[in-house]
Amino acid sequence: MSAIEPTSAAAPRPRRRRSTRLQRKQTRLAWLMVTPALVVMAFVAFYPLGQTVYDSFTDRQFLGGLEPTRWVGLDNYRDLIHDTIFRDAVVVTVKFTVITVSFELVLGLIIALVVNSGFKGRGVMRAVMLVPWAIPTVVAAQMWKWMYDDVFGVVNDSLVRLHIIDRPVAWISEQPLASVAAVDIWKTTPFVALLLLAGLQVIPHELYEAAGVDGASKWHQFWRITLPLLVPAILVTLIFRTLDALRVFDVFYVFFGSRLDTQTMSIYNQNTIVAFGDVGYGAAISVGIFLIIGLFVVIYTTFMRVQQQ
Amino acid sequence: MSVVAEREARAQALVRRKRRERRGLKRVVRRIPFYVLVAAIFVYALFPFYWALRSAFTAESELFTTPLQYVPDHPTTENFSEVFSNGVFMRALLNSTIVAGTVTLIALALGSLAGYALGRFRFRGRSATLYVMLSMTIFPQIAILGALYTMINRFELYDSLRALILSYMILVLPFTVWVLTSFMRALPRDLEEAAYVDGASPLQTFYYVMLPLVAPGLVTAGLLAFIAAWNEFLFALSFTQSPEKYTVPVAITSFTEESAFDQPWGQIMAATVIVTVPLIVLTLVLQRRILAGLTAGAVKG
Repeated sequence: MSAIEPTSAAAPRPRRRRSTRLQRKQTRLAWLMVTPALVVMAFVAFYPLGQTVYDSFTDRQFLGGLEPTRWVGLDNYRDLIHDTIFRDAVVVTVKFTVITVSFELVLGLIIALVVNSGFKGRGVMRAVMLVPWAIPTVVAAQMWKWMYDDVFGVVNDSLVRLHIIDRPVAWISEQPLASVAAVDIWKTTPFVALLLLAGLQVIPHELYEAAGVDGASKWHQFWRITLPLLVPAILVTLIFRTLDALRVFDVFYVFFGSRLDTQTMSIYNQNTIVAFGDVGYGAAISVGIFLIIGLFVVIYTTFMRVQQQ
Repeated sequence: MSVVAEREARAQALVRRKRRERRGLKRVVRRIPFYVLVAAIFVYALFPFYWALRSAFTAESELFTTPLQYVPDHPTTENFSEVFSNGVFMRALLNSTIVAGTVTLIALALGSLAGYALGRFRFRGRSATLYVMLSMTIFPQIAILGALYTMINRFELYDSLRALILSYMILVLPFTVWVLTSFMRALPRDLEEAAYVDGASPLQTFYYVMLPLVAPGLVTAGLLAFIAAWNEFLFALSFTQSPEKYTVPVAITSFTEESAFDQPWGQIMAATVIVTVPLIVLTLVLQRRILAGLTAGAVKG
């Protein structure tokens, strides 16, 4: 860089003319290189998204050969507002999101602080943390489902042995939300910890040294230095996790199939489209989910903007 | 006199050493809660795997007895041989490998081209394209399920692996572009300029100079893409139907057999172990690369 700057300062005019021609050529070339990726995205994302919005105003059925698809205006949305199954699904999903995201943040922060504090075996620990993240959610769900077994499951067995509960509990049917949340927390907390760890590692060490000289306790340092400086990382993690949790599907599907009282928004949507072939109404549900997720994004970004000021 | 002084000095040294030892001991004691916490985290993260492993090596007849054996009394590989002779599951392993492999290759090819343009060139629409890609990484797939479903049927791709390869692009391509853009941007200018000076065309420069330089980024992005495609469940469940088109996640949820109990948990756990071990090995070997990719995609974004 520094080798180029002086020449450009010495002879600005010819260089600029040349760079515009070069620039035009570069722009064309750049677009040429971006196009394949954009075409694929247009095909599998933008077009289906537009189609979904359009379908939500129609009564499109999957086996639509029998009757032509008709435009029904806002009928689907009117139904959606009064759809108690959808309302229950929203409640279940939001509850799940709040529980898992808050547990994951607190536990993830603790784990990140432990790993960041530097001890022997820290590298091993970091590797171990990636493992739950890497395995398929469905696989994790199956492992836990077996651990939750009322009679032969290790959860009941160990809790009874430790005298925490006095008789076995049918976890999945009696405590559906808690048992499903525990799986997600187990699988995702390490990932949250890794994101927060990346945030911790950019906090300059001198701050702690200065605070140590001034006699601030570790506890004080955490509240006054670590936490405030970690806010951006926490917010980004929060957004990622919330959006992920709101579209949860896999764990619920493995645990409950499409049991009515434990449907999430995604389960209900998938069921409407694939099992009932009701593409039009399913599209309206999709748009509804999209708006709910969008609402969370707006809340977070407003919060972030306020934070920055 | 000197004897007394010597003895006194020795006693003082002893006291000092004892004090030092006690202080060292104190530090160790003070660290105990910390190491208990570390151990707890290890157990929490790994116990479910241990349990899957233990159940996979326990015969079905002993799996469903109480009290539970925390270590199998008679370890057996019976469950594994059952799984390996299970045609649907073996087919699913092959299907998943084909789908995830193809998706990864396509995403890397398209992503590295786009990443080169986005990371090395300045042009109008560059940041807009980047924003679109970034917003696509947090795109809820469920929102396009219905439209994709109709589209796949129109092209007569339903119940085929091609349907999955096509639909997984939305899952994988945006963040591949994003990760590779950030890797491309971090490369030094000199080599690229040297290639241009030597008369290489931009595409030659890309292929012979930039691509080898960005190899670590390709490994990172490729690995993340492979894992995402390997683990995907919603599309696989919705767009395939016949057992010979199952991918691993679908196969693992549909394990049934003429078993005395509702589900053949020993075999399911054996299948879990088979699927998980390669992923664990891959993650452990390449953990630095994965971390680099995850932080490039998430925290810096």
